[in-house]
Formats: sequence, C-alpha cells, structure tokens
Amino acid sequence: MGDPTIERVATVVIGAGHAGLAASRFLTERSIDHVVVERGEVANSWRRERWDSLRLLTPNWLCRLPGQHYAGPDPDGYLTMGEVIDFIERFAILSGAPVRTGTNVSSVRRTDDGYRVTTSRGEIHARTVVIASGACNRPALPPVHDAVPASVEQVTPFDYRAPEKLPDGGVLVVGASATGVQLAAELQRSGRPVTLSVGEHVRLPRTYRGRDVLWWMDASGVWDQRYDEVDDLVRARRLPSPQLVGTPERATLDLNALTAMGVNLVGRFAAVRDGRALFSGGLRNVFALADLKMQRLLDTFDAAVEGEAGLPERPAPTRVPESTRLQLDLRSGEIRSIVWATGFRPDYTWLDVPVLDAKGRLDHEGGLVASPGLYVLGLPVLRRRKSTFIHGIEDDAREVIDHLAGHLASRQ
Amino acid sequence: MTTVENGVNVQALLDARNVLKDAPEAAQFTWRASSKWQHGVHSTTRIQQFFGLGAEQTHKTEAVFDADHPEVFAAEDNGITPIEYLLVGLASCLTAGVASVAQNRGIQLRSVESVVEGQHDIRGILGVDGDVRNGFNDIKVTFNIDADASKQEIEALVAQSQKRSAVFDALTNPTNVTVEVA
Repeated sequence: MGDPTIERVATVVIGAGHAGLAASRFLTERSIDHVVVERGEVANSWRRERWDSLRLLTPNWLCRLPGQHYAGPDPDGYLTMGEVIDFIERFAILSGAPVRTGTNVSSVRRTDDGYRVTTSRGEIHARTVVIASGACNRPALPPVHDAVPASVEQVTPFDYRAPEKLPDGGVLVVGASATGVQLAAELQRSGRPVTLSVGEHVRLPRTYRGRDVLWWMDASGVWDQRYDEVDDLVRARRLPSPQLVGTPERATLDLNALTAMGVNLVGRFAAVRDGRALFSGGLRNVFALADLKMQRLLDTFDAAVEGEAGLPERPAPTRVPESTRLQLDLRSGEIRSIVWATGFRPDYTWLDVPVLDAKGRLDHEGGLVASPGLYVLGLPVLRRRKSTFIHGIEDDAREVIDHLAGHLASRQ
Repeated sequence: MTTVENGVNVQALLDARNVLKDAPEAAQFTWRASSKWQHGVHSTTRIQQFFGLGAEQTHKTEAVFDADHPEVFAAEDNGITPIEYLLVGLASCLTAGVASVAQNRGIQLRSVESVVEGQHDIRGILGVDGDVRNGFNDIKVTFNIDADASKQEIEALVAQSQKRSAVFDALTNPTNVTVEVA
C-alpha cells in the first residue's frame, strides 16, 4: 500500500523530551516498532528555552521516570537545568530510545491507514502518532504588547537568560506565575527596580509543616486526581504554574517575599493608552482569591494527615500595598524593559489534522486525540493533576501507550 | 443542595453557559439608556430596551432615573449624583453575584447587606487642581452576610462574586469610551 520507498513504522513519537522518551520506553516494552523524531537534541527545550538560574520546581526525590530515579546526594534539592538535561539524556540512553535528532516535523496528515509524517529528513508513514512536543512551545503575549512604545525593550522568557542581558533601570515583569516571580526576584536583586503586574495566580509556600509543599501534593493524593474527577477541567488545564522556586534554602517566593525585597506590585496589565500602561484596580481580589485557594489546599493537606504530630500552619495573608499604581508612563524612562511572563502555548502549526478547537487547543480525552491513532502526552492535567511534572509522565504514558497498543492490535 | 433556596435559577445560568460556549454571537448584548436634559444639572434617563440573544429585548417596565446634584453643589437635588449611580451598579452587581455563587455552592443565605463608599476629591471636577482625577480615588465595599457557611466560605463567595462581576470589571479596568455628536 502506498509508496514503497516511504519508511513505515507502527508509531512515530514527536519530541524527545521526558514525555516522548517515556512513551518510547513503553513502546519498546511492548516491542512496538517506532521512532522518536526530535527537531533538536534530546531535552531540547531544557537546553535552549530556559533562563540560566532556573531549577526544577520539584525536589530531587520526586525526579523519576519509568525505571529511573534520582540517586544523588541531595534528595531535598532541586536540579539545575544542566542536571535535568543529564537526567533526561541518561534516560534516553538507558531505555535505548530510537531517537532521530535534528529532525523537524513540518506536517502530519491523515492517510487511509494512519498518518503521513513529513520531516526535514523525509517522510514516514505511521499507523499511530504520539504528540509529545510539549505544552510550552511559544510564549503567549497579550495583544497589548503591540502598543508598548519602541523605547521600551520587550522580552519573553524564551529570550531572557540573565539580568545582565536587560538594560539597566526599571523593569516591568508582567505575570506572577512561577516564571514571573522568579524573574522579578532575580531582576530586583540585580539592582533593577521591578514592578510586577499581578493577575490571577496560584500561591504556595515552599514548605508546609516541615516538608516540601510538593510532598504534600503527592502524599495527599491531590496530584493523582484524574482529569475525569476534576470539577472544572478547562480551568484546571489553564491554571498558571504555582509561585514556587527551587533554591538550596527552600525559600518561599510568594508576593509577600517579593514585597519584602522591594518589588512594587500592581494589578493586571489592562491596556496602554497614550504611552501609559494601565493596570487593573482589582489587585486586592486576586490576592483574596489566591489566599483562599491556598487555605483550601492546606486544609486538604491537614485532613490527609489528621491525627499526626505537628500543627497546621497558615502563611500570613498577602499584604496589600498601601497604595497601588494604576498607571505608569512607559515613555518617562522609569521602565526600560518589559518581561512578558504571561504563559506559554503549544505549537500545532505543523498538525494538518482537524483536531483543534476554536481556541486552538487540541481536542483530546485523557491523551486520546479526536482522530483514531493520534495521541498526546505532556499537557496540563492530561490524565492527572501531575501530568506535566516529570514524575507525572509515567502513569500517563503507560495508559496512553496501552490504548495505542490496543488500537494497533484491533487493526492488524 | 436541593434544600438551598436563594431564589437564583442557577440551572438556567449553567445551561446558558453551555449553549453560549458554541454560540458566541448570541452572547453579544447591547445595553441602552436614553437621557434627556431637564433643567440645570438635572437629567432624566430611561431604560427599557436592550439587545441580546440575537434579538431586541424589552424589560417588563421602563425604569426612570433622575440625576442631579445636591444642594451643597448649589443644585436642586432632584435625584442622586451621576457618580452615585456607579455605587448602585457596583453594590447590586456584587450582591447578585453573592446570591448566584451561594446558590451554586449550596449555601443558604439569610441576609446579605453591604455598604459601598466611594472616596471622591471634587477638586478634580471643579478644575481646582489638574493633578486630582475627576473620578473616585478609592472605592470600599463592606459586606455583612448571614449564611449557613463558615467565614472562609463567605469570603470565597465575595471573592468569586468580584471575579465574575461586570461592574467590578468596568470600574477596575479601563474601557474604551466614544462620545459623539449625532
């Protein structure tokens, strides 16, 4: 069937990050013939699309992939990017993943019996395809960035490496997820006065009752909550990353910590008018929402260990600044650069299968894309709340590859 | 949940949310007010028609609002000042939100009262000082809620009502306003 010169495999996995490699491992276990195509190198995004100081948010003891776990001397520490790359590379080698690096996918199309994958190194026919190209392929910029005066330098977390690369002077960091709070802190420490624009966010203490807060996410069962048990799945999948940083001191990096460092908090970036940035006056309520959600989560943790030693703790409420600025003149020179920490989106421009919804999101049910034989891994709350964390891929990948194997068997 | 009765038809709202998810054009509403100058700074504004769900709609009855300035502004005080109408909008919007969220969360309300205070430096509108803005400097809403719920649950009701409030959004975020002469 078809062109005999075209390579044929049972499965093409797109992306050799931890998700694609975990898929490959389960495919190998089932002797399903497959290739993993990778535009760059193994763990490419970790190599090229992260800033210098970034460490993993999950403690080392939680770093595990199928058949591999952290075995170093510092279980409570957090891997640097170099260490994450080593960890994933080792996994690729130990599991013998058939990775083809430097192979960029430009198109995936349906055929009568599967998919035609067009790459920079030729075409492959696959009966099934696993999309593991990641959830954070491009920074998401709000349209308002177009209206920022040209005198202000604008960067995304993809361009940002270290404070020294930005001009001296004030920085406006937009977004208070993990990325935003981490960059705000290091820019403020570099001597650049930081204004942080805060919308809805997820507040978490780094440690709770003496343990890493992610120990509690694990032990309380919150992380194992399945996608079909979550009340509002659309919302859960859009949740910003929690305000966490991995540091040797296990420091909490919430808004109170940033205020104490001298970071100036303002509301959500709403508009630019006559060269002035306008911020929402609803800052108090985004504090209240984040504090209340954190309290509820800590209540859940407490309930999970009821009767055990140690008392519940509650971090202080987010302090509301005495007065918050509602506008900032972007032409005055006070702000020399803007860092847009406003989230990331996957890139599906190469996917020529009609499986995207009106908002450009992949239509899938627990990783089973709405086109037979097409699967996805590594998206937020794909099958569980832990889906996008490194240790969260094992259960998802096993179940998705189970389904894929069933699909192949039913069409032999 | 069946025993909770705050008088909000939450099921209808949830149904509407589902329907409008796939019909964004039906979700486009236009609210209209028609105003007429009376005398001095007194005006009368009438509201009855609006557009929504793809068609012209009509309130059961026409509502008439008189606005004026108080006697301390050397006016006749035929109605509340225009900026006080913003307080009416904010209080009623947040209160509606509290009732709806409570119904949806199965919380029985017994009473919901609020006081809204807007701080206003009138040197702005009088042109005394160009650095003083015309509108409110600060708005404070204080809720007093009696309900079958913990303090934390009540705080969450109030927070969620702000999150979904049209008037809270209109007051806290900039909006493009076009004023033309026909």
